[in-house]
Amino acid sequence: MNNAVELLTSTSEWQDIAPLLSVRELNKFYAPGKGCGDINFDLYPGEVLGIVGESGSGKSTLLSCLSARLTPDSGQVLYNSEQFGEMDLYAGEESQRRVLMRSEWGIVHQHARDGLRMNVSAGANIGERLMAVGERHYGDIRAKAEEWLTAVEIDTGRIDDRPSQFSGGMQQRLQIARNLVTHPKLIFMDEPTGGLDVSVQAKLLDLLRNLVSRLGLSVIIVTHDLAVARLLAHRLIVMRRGAVVETGLTDQVLDDPQHPYTQLLVSSILQN
Amino acid sequence: MSAATAIGYNFAYLDEQSKRMIRRAILKGVAIPGYQVPFGGREMPLPHGWGTGGMQVTASVIGEADKLKVIDQGADDTTNAVSIRRFFAHTAGVETTELTAEATLIQTRHRIPERPLQADQILIYQVPIPEPLRFIEPRESETRKMHALSEYGAMQVKLYEDVARFGHIATSYDYPVMVNNRYMMDPSPIPKFDNPKMSMMPALQLFGAGFEKRIYAVPPFTQVESLDFDDHPFEVQSWEDACSICGSDHSFLDEVIIDDNGSKMFVCSDTDYCRERVTEGFVGEAPAQLETEQ
Repeated sequence: MNNAVELLTSTSEWQDIAPLLSVRELNKFYAPGKGCGDINFDLYPGEVLGIVGESGSGKSTLLSCLSARLTPDSGQVLYNSEQFGEMDLYAGEESQRRVLMRSEWGIVHQHARDGLRMNVSAGANIGERLMAVGERHYGDIRAKAEEWLTAVEIDTGRIDDRPSQFSGGMQQRLQIARNLVTHPKLIFMDEPTGGLDVSVQAKLLDLLRNLVSRLGLSVIIVTHDLAVARLLAHRLIVMRRGAVVETGLTDQVLDDPQHPYTQLLVSSILQN
Repeated sequence: MSAATAIGYNFAYLDEQSKRMIRRAILKGVAIPGYQVPFGGREMPLPHGWGTGGMQVTASVIGEADKLKVIDQGADDTTNAVSIRRFFAHTAGVETTELTAEATLIQTRHRIPERPLQADQILIYQVPIPEPLRFIEPRESETRKMHALSEYGAMQVKLYEDVARFGHIATSYDYPVMVNNRYMMDPSPIPKFDNPKMSMMPALQLFGAGFEKRIYAVPPFTQVESLDFDDHPFEVQSWEDACSICGSDHSFLDEVIIDDNGSKMFVCSDTDYCRERVTEGFVGEAPAQLETEQ
């Protein structure tokens, strides 16, 4: 049973739940047709939202805009923060956005090298966020690092090894541990399984699914892999040429696609 | 000005306009303790990395009445110290000294004198890499932002790595400090033994990085704290031996190999302090000579 459904059934007035993240009329174009535009959606607590579409459809641009890493040309990203309350991301201070990035948010990059410090040990990678939010006790930091290595199924004996000595799948899991250590509410993922072989992908997806439901995380996941979307996402946004062409529940979009492009996308998967 | 002054050069080598520019950077640095102020670094007649940053600061603050002392790793008589001292004697005609107590300006490479400095003295450090965050973040745009927003958590990563690898904080020089509870600062490669001396020092401390073209400062009586962990507190080096010349057991000691058999002696790194103690009558124990093993 996923967390969003539990939340909804346990709350009688479920319409009153405030969205965690609301996107209003968001536009970001590098050149006409390059970027994303006219994006509107709400993300509710505990929800996993998938953004799918072909390469160059603006998925990653949108994710960067949502995660405070790229200032949009126009539009708003409203976020309901524990520390700052209801806030318009790009109207506020950059310092607040950076605090969010290392406390309430997690960002999992497609390439682990973008999200990890390759020249310091795995333990330091996990501990960095703790130290960034003020933890100053070495023993505690190390204990938490070990705890999270176990949670992402990395042998704790490798705590002092550098990420460059890890396999691709382990680097990706380390990246996840590094993000989850400060108990974020919202995780942004950009193709978390990109570049991994199929069995490692399956393991990582299984791990992600467990962590997401156990910790009640909200996730926005960008992927071009519909199998990943089906496995993780509750709701899907289909993008093409920088615009949203279809939205809906994952099963609904994948089993009964309405837009011609979505139909093409779904039919392009090899069926057995 | 003394007769020995070089002809054809401005007082203390730099032209007045450059000195004014550097003084403005120094004033800004003093106003914002620990903040790295960019300045238009000038060419000095010796290579970068030999103390050009410190020399430019010295040239900008030195006056005819000043008495200059230059030390290199605590010693007055090493090449770097001797050349810089002679340079200013030659171009500014100022009096020079080896006595810490007498000097009004002290340019230093990698040590703070053992004798506590006074309010009428200025200590000028030669700095190779002014950015303490460089280890963890190679982008200058990012390190500036981290300073601006006081995001210093990443700095602890360096200490974490030390403890994880060696079981204690093994960084022994260039030990990062927090100035006035605001800016993270690189104290230049002084041993961490000297870190506590920086805090609440009555003398003005100026830092010049010639290669990176940065000036920063710690004004008198400013709090300077060394980073640490709650369960691994900051500690300075200590020695089991005492100085072989003056018997001091509380100063920073250099280990010197004295023969082919591996015999060694420990001597004060601060030559002036050692000499002063000897004139006061302190005597050290001669080092034990190892016998050649056949």
